[in-house]
Amino acid sequence: MERTWNNKAWFMVLPVLLLVAFSAIIPLMTVVNYSVQDTFGNNVFFWAGSEWFEEILHSDRFWEAMGRNLVFSAIILIIEIPLGIFIALNMPKKGWGVPVCLVLMALPLLIPWNVVGTIWQVFGRVDIGLLGYSLRALGFDYNYVNDPFDAWVTVIVMDVWHWTSLVVLLCYAGLVSIPDAYYQAAKIDGASRWAIFRYIQLPKMNRVLLIAVLLRFMDSFMIYTEPFVVTGGGPGNTTTFLSIDLVKLAIGEFNLGEAAAMSIVYFLIIMLLSWVFYTVMTAYDAER
Amino acid sequence: MARIDCNHIRHAYGPHPKSDKDYALKEVHHAFEDGGAYALLGPSGCGKTTLLNIISGLLYPSHGELLFDGKDVTNLSTQERNIAQVFQFPVIYDTMTVYDNLAFPLRNRGVPEPDVDRKVRETLEMTGLADMAKRKARGLTADQKQKISLGRGLVRSDVNAILFDEPLTVIDPHMKWVLRSQLKQLHRRFGFTMVYVTHDQTEALTFAENVVVMYEGEIVQIGSPAELFERPKHTFVGYFIGSPGMNVMPVAVEGRNARLGSQTIELPGAPKAGTSGVIELGIRPEYVRLGASGMPVAIRKVEDIGRHKVVRASFEGRDIAAIVGEDEDIPADPKIAFDPAGINIYADSWRVEIGG
Ligand SMILES: Nc1ncnc2c1ncn2[C@@H]1O[C@H](COP(=O)(O)OP(=O)(O)OP(=O)(O)O)[C@@H](O)[C@H]1O
Ligand SMILES: [Mg+2]
Repeated sequence: MERTWNNKAWFMVLPVLLLVAFSAIIPLMTVVNYSVQDTFGNNVFFWAGSEWFEEILHSDRFWEAMGRNLVFSAIILIIEIPLGIFIALNMPKKGWGVPVCLVLMALPLLIPWNVVGTIWQVFGRVDIGLLGYSLRALGFDYNYVNDPFDAWVTVIVMDVWHWTSLVVLLCYAGLVSIPDAYYQAAKIDGASRWAIFRYIQLPKMNRVLLIAVLLRFMDSFMIYTEPFVVTGGGPGNTTTFLSIDLVKLAIGEFNLGEAAAMSIVYFLIIMLLSWVFYTVMTAYDAER
Repeated sequence: MARIDCNHIRHAYGPHPKSDKDYALKEVHHAFEDGGAYALLGPSGCGKTTLLNIISGLLYPSHGELLFDGKDVTNLSTQERNIAQVFQFPVIYDTMTVYDNLAFPLRNRGVPEPDVDRKVRETLEMTGLADMAKRKARGLTADQKQKISLGRGLVRSDVNAILFDEPLTVIDPHMKWVLRSQLKQLHRRFGFTMVYVTHDQTEALTFAENVVVMYEGEIVQIGSPAELFERPKHTFVGYFIGSPGMNVMPVAVEGRNARLGSQTIELPGAPKAGTSGVIELGIRPEYVRLGASGMPVAIRKVEDIGRHKVVRASFEGRDIAAIVGEDEDIPADPKIAFDPAGINIYADSWRVEIGG
């Protein structure tokens, strides 16, 4: 049979290609372009080579922000993954409770990020915020504006509140796919609650957990809006994450070359770490 | 090892059962003797799995009680009842090796490791899984997985009873036969009470000394294979057991005679009770004699199935099957007669005794 080649079909994907080009590739190339040039204004650029990259990699400011990011992501994963699993395990599997829980869980995910930030910014204020005021009234010396620890706690609690649902929903999807017969067999075999978790539920959640870890890692590592709205990176620089620093550098100080170099390094680090997570978790999966 | 008494057990899955229809088990009142081997036979949806789950404690009955050796266990958990159960579809622990799968029920009960090892090795041999003991269970085929399931049931020999829920459905015919004889052997050796669910009559009849036939949430008959064959208590048992099933035809009974259309059939005696309701005469094809004398029939089809022939005929406007020997000829002007020994009378589907 003769195959018909119709190259006109390509025109149909052209709009998408153009869209992707304009929204992703061109900006990315612009960033690459900036990262290897310097300017003294007036739109006059000259070649800077790898200078910006060297400067970034030797700057304490960059490495401190990076450190904060790593600590933040680690804390987020350590809290959200087990908490998400725990909540998913305790959610009802049938009956009227299912839709109620699912809706409740989905709610935080539906709120725009800057709104989440604003909510918590107000919520935590010591003068009018319910949380801040109550903590104060209870005798806690809470103030996220000038206490770095309180600022961190606030940002972390906010993220947990916002994103644990995602982990819950993913895990829940894994859990409901387990046939009843497995639980019945486990009862007959006299399995403990822990054994049921370890040998039936966890293996079924394996795949979705990988996705949850990757998503939560990438997202938390790129966190910007919420801390920006709540703490603005402060007090001092204590909640200045890479993304916030990047914006400060690019827009606040108009240091385009350095900011561009930093974006690229930032991007590569996220890619690298995601790849590491993926490889480690799938290797572990295959080995078992 | 225990005697299991089901005392007026009824079960409905829904919360507010109103009529009999809402009950998956209408009423089961029956004892499984200590050390007995029972086959539970019945069509799909008749409540076999429900009954097993009630015995093992995976389900709690809506009414009635369950006794093990006279002790009320109705409210005890599965764990406390110490029952092994093998399910219809294979359940395996994916991430464990075959060996660990079999060891799992023992380890959960704190059996010392040397005993675990001994029992597991024995079970591995028995199920033919010995050479894959160290493999992860997840990559195995369906029948290997089902053998693991079976093995986890058999590895505990101190149980009160072992319940099998159609355990051999996914296993190939030869292995089925091997495993079945091994189960029988095990039963003789350890003498545990064994209930074996199946909807395959050959499996039931060759396997157990007692066959329990269930139909629409009720036990309709319990008996030896011979009893089920000769004296089906319910027309369903007649249809369900035997191949082809019993011929059942509506008749009018007057004393020692049954009338069907223009024919009168002489009964071995007068039915003792209840000739009200729908009266039917049941006779197995094995007892229908085809010859030159008797009542006229029109033959539609003859199926030669090896050792004998099944004759499908039309008798007084209804279908009837007869079995004749392989070498017997089919007469040109066929007539049938009923062997009185094989005649059963049913009132509203239940068998009535025939007086001498
Ligand atoms: N979990 C359940 N919820 C509601 N109804 C159920 C449930 N399990 C079984 N039933 C109903 O109870 C009846 C008996 O089911 P059961 O599973 O005991 O039949 P079975 O004899 O084991 O059938 P099969 O040979 O198909 O396994 C069926 O009508 C079925 O629809
Ligand atoms: Mg069943």
